Amino acid sequence: MAMTTGRSAARDTGVVVILGALLVLGLPLVADTNMLTLLVIYGMLALSLGLIWGFGGILCFGQAAFFGLGAYTFAIAGINIGESTLPLVLSVLVPAAVAALLGAFMFYGRLGDVYLAVITLVFSLILFRWLNTTAGPAYVIGNARLGGFNGIPGFPLLNVPGYPRWELWGDPLYYVAAVALLVVFLLVSWLLRSSFGRIAIGIRENEERVSLLGYDIRARKTVLFAIGAGIAGLAGALFAAWAEVVTPSLFSLQQSAEIIIWCIVGGLGTRFGPVLGAAVVTSVKITLGGQAMLDNMLVLGLILVLFVLFLPRGIAPELARLWAWAIGGNRKPVRRRAPRGGVADG
Amino acid sequence: MDLSVVILIEVLYAIASLALISAGLAVVFGMMKVINLAHGEFMVLGGYATITAVGLGVNIFIAMLIIAPIVVGLFGLVVERLVFRHLYGRMIDTMLASWGLSLMMIGGFKMIFGNTTTGVAGPIPGFSVGNYQVNGYNLFVIVVSVLLLVAMVAVLRGTRFGLVARGTMQRSDMAAAMGHSPDRVYMTTFALGSALAGLAGGVMAPLVGLVPTAGAAFIAKAFITVIAGGPVLVAGLASAAGTFGLVNQVFSFLVSPVVGDVALLVAAVVLLRLIPRGITSRFFRGRI
Amino acid sequence: MTLNRRRFLATSAAATGALALPTMALGQSGPIRMGSVLDVSGIFSAYGEPMDMAQRLAVAEINADGGLLGREVEIVGFDTQSDMALYTQFAQRLVRQERVDVVQGGILSASREAIRQTLRRAETLYFYNVQYEGGVCDRNVFINGVTPAQQAEVLVPWAMSQSGPRVYILAADYNYGQITARWLQKYVGDNGGETVGVDFFPLDVADFGSTIARIQTVSPDLVIAPLVGGAHLSFFRQWAASGMNERIPLASTTMGVGNEHRVLTPEEGNGIMVAYNYAQELDTPANNAFKEAWAAAYGDTSLIHEIAVSHYMGVKLWAEGVRQAGTTERMPVIEALEDNLSIEGPSGVMTIDPQTHHATLDVHLMRFENQEMALVESLSQRPPVDTQAVCDLIANPDENTQFEIEI
Repeated sequence: MAMTTGRSAARDTGVVVILGALLVLGLPLVADTNMLTLLVIYGMLALSLGLIWGFGGILCFGQAAFFGLGAYTFAIAGINIGESTLPLVLSVLVPAAVAALLGAFMFYGRLGDVYLAVITLVFSLILFRWLNTTAGPAYVIGNARLGGFNGIPGFPLLNVPGYPRWELWGDPLYYVAAVALLVVFLLVSWLLRSSFGRIAIGIRENEERVSLLGYDIRARKTVLFAIGAGIAGLAGALFAAWAEVVTPSLFSLQQSAEIIIWCIVGGLGTRFGPVLGAAVVTSVKITLGGQAMLDNMLVLGLILVLFVLFLPRGIAPELARLWAWAIGGNRKPVRRRAPRGGVADG
Repeated sequence: MDLSVVILIEVLYAIASLALISAGLAVVFGMMKVINLAHGEFMVLGGYATITAVGLGVNIFIAMLIIAPIVVGLFGLVVERLVFRHLYGRMIDTMLASWGLSLMMIGGFKMIFGNTTTGVAGPIPGFSVGNYQVNGYNLFVIVVSVLLLVAMVAVLRGTRFGLVARGTMQRSDMAAAMGHSPDRVYMTTFALGSALAGLAGGVMAPLVGLVPTAGAAFIAKAFITVIAGGPVLVAGLASAAGTFGLVNQVFSFLVSPVVGDVALLVAAVVLLRLIPRGITSRFFRGRI
Repeated sequence: MTLNRRRFLATSAAATGALALPTMALGQSGPIRMGSVLDVSGIFSAYGEPMDMAQRLAVAEINADGGLLGREVEIVGFDTQSDMALYTQFAQRLVRQERVDVVQGGILSASREAIRQTLRRAETLYFYNVQYEGGVCDRNVFINGVTPAQQAEVLVPWAMSQSGPRVYILAADYNYGQITARWLQKYVGDNGGETVGVDFFPLDVADFGSTIARIQTVSPDLVIAPLVGGAHLSFFRQWAASGMNERIPLASTTMGVGNEHRVLTPEEGNGIMVAYNYAQELDTPANNAFKEAWAAAYGDTSLIHEIAVSHYMGVKLWAEGVRQAGTTERMPVIEALEDNLSIEGPSGVMTIDPQTHHATLDVHLMRFENQEMALVESLSQRPPVDTQAVCDLIANPDENTQFEIEI
């Protein structure tokens, strides 16, 4: 996945579009679309963290906060507006704006890795806690009751723009979500090829050096963080449309944890890894959910431990090596060091 | 007057319980830079050990003060040998591996103890302060916590192990050159940290209904307390627990426990923004 | 499922409305499918597990009697793991893929509200069989749990007569607790008392030390605690640990529903006042027969609790509705049930109220004694007057709302 320019960029885009289209159309033949929709949404969420962590070096422990904000924005705006097009846009903008503020707060304070992790974690916990206390009738935004622990059911589902009664669910929702993921994936690829993306990677590799070259690291990190939050927000809106209810558990520690697990299992520092990781881990989880023999948290935990111990760079880089080995014969596989925040010196 | 005594006890209790639940994590993180996200589950294991032992007829004080730490300490030893030993120096990886461990433990608790609430009754009766009744167990938690902090200072300062451990954490190469195996020091430290988590779990067991997922309630608070405490172990623990415990209880009492929790979290954010490396990076430097 | 998917693909978005139609065309000969969503694991498993056992017992009994309309009944059950988000997922699956004939289940009011619209949209009959805050007005739903007018209206004056007029309320912070707290305040006022404090607690709060101190600052005569779930059980422990159980009496609208009185020690639990539709200690032939059947199926009867029994009754009510209607189709079954359909079971006689789709049932005032519920007084056949005051499905069959009490 080396960053490329010119002709190879066009080729990269072509490959992504063709492979993506094949997957979008092919997967419904082998799996149930209701579950695929969820995998696609989680894939997008994983991609959002993969972007800021894998390429920007920002370990956000509270990515679920932006996912949840997107979902709540979609639900609340939907109830007030009565259709879903503007709410969908808002569900990208609101989390991005919140992330910009939080990012500025953290990056301009020059917080280190672990401290950043703690603050993002605390931020999502605050939202989680606070939303859980909003069951009373006093907590209303426009016509939407926040509902506390219950969350918000009964908001307008995703509809065809301009036709509020033409709601999309089931198969159509899958295709919408899958195409959205493909578009976001292409945008992320484009971003990473741009100078902004290359500098972001530079910051991840050596913050001091990039800073000495005259770039404003704090602003760049803040912007990248906000972009990641916007993507997570979009995933949240799609999730709300799929689940038909939003609850505070979207903000939970568990949800944030899973996003990180997806990135690790899939492979950090790759675009496809997190998406793959989300799909694999979620499928395993759903499959295990249907049986009573082994507790599924036990298995999920075991997977994570084994990956950290034996395959710390995730599935995607290994697949890429395998691929290179298979088609390239003697071409030497590229080994890239997976970025994982440094060691704290506290 | 009576009321202020009651509130004072509640505040002290909040501080003491924060220090107690954070102590094990502080040892493991503060000395080894291992972020043990399974800390909450270590505590829950201590709780289950206590409840099981009490069920078998063991005196409750022996169960929570002796059996729980031993069980969890041994468990920590095994886990250290199997997992963490391979990950020293890779902080984010230890965090992820311990997260996996925490999920495994929750799953294991569910399979072994069932996914229901269990608990033991508190062994100490309530008492009155003027017109008010106070939970007697709160005082016990305060006493345990104070003794624990004193013991930690004594071990770190006054014993050979404390000296070697501190030396190893600062310069493991030098300690090794002097004939102290860093591997063994890490192992012992991790086991001790685990035992502290077990102690905390045992002591908290009579206060809360224990469920397999109860650890989640502890880990965030412990993590925040340790990070906000900063590099100095005991002083950091005490000062961070003091700050957050006070904020938490004052808001709990004035408004509600939830607002108390939110106030604690907000205080943590503000504190970290002002002193990014924790309280003891600015105050109490060079102490223990 | 291939067939469904092709049909989905062929018809695409425009036809989604048509796809939501019920499923009876798919062959009348197979088993009747009863969907269920219950928290069999997670923090509400103490409620959900016995409910699951109860519904399996009910269905086994129905099948042993030759099934319904000559067809066997099959349970399509999902464990929602005490996660509200899973309710909508599984409810969607039950109606869109499994195409069940009825859905039974939901425990917390939160879970009911999460799936009620989904089931209504899909025109699948829904039974919610748990005591709750009242006010749901929806012709697609039948509810046989006790409501505040059936429970709190008698519990509050009795508890106040045993203590005094100043009442402090501690409630779980979600729709059940919020609305129940308002009902409690109404009944306290109606009986000449005064509510001196109301506090709400999210379901994961387990430390009540500051709350116990706060309560003492206003020294009420009585504390009523509609608290819910495992974490809230700590309140009763900490209350006893500080010696308050000797000073201020407790009443609860939820305590014991999940058999919590068996988890608490006698010292912690003794004296707590409750009012329910069922207790294991009821000495009626129907209840004794039920306990024997349970023992034959599962051995240990100690798990039986009120909402397990009302869930059992809910399955039996639906089955009787199907028998009367002679079909599993939704509207005929609703109409059969609306015909004041009545059954007798372990919790006594239960009659559907056509105006509200709630049930008229017996309520018993009880007190915890040595981990048992000691019967104080039985009040027979109480109608759901709270919901009747606001909801009339005969006059307004298209109503779809949950009314909340205003104070």
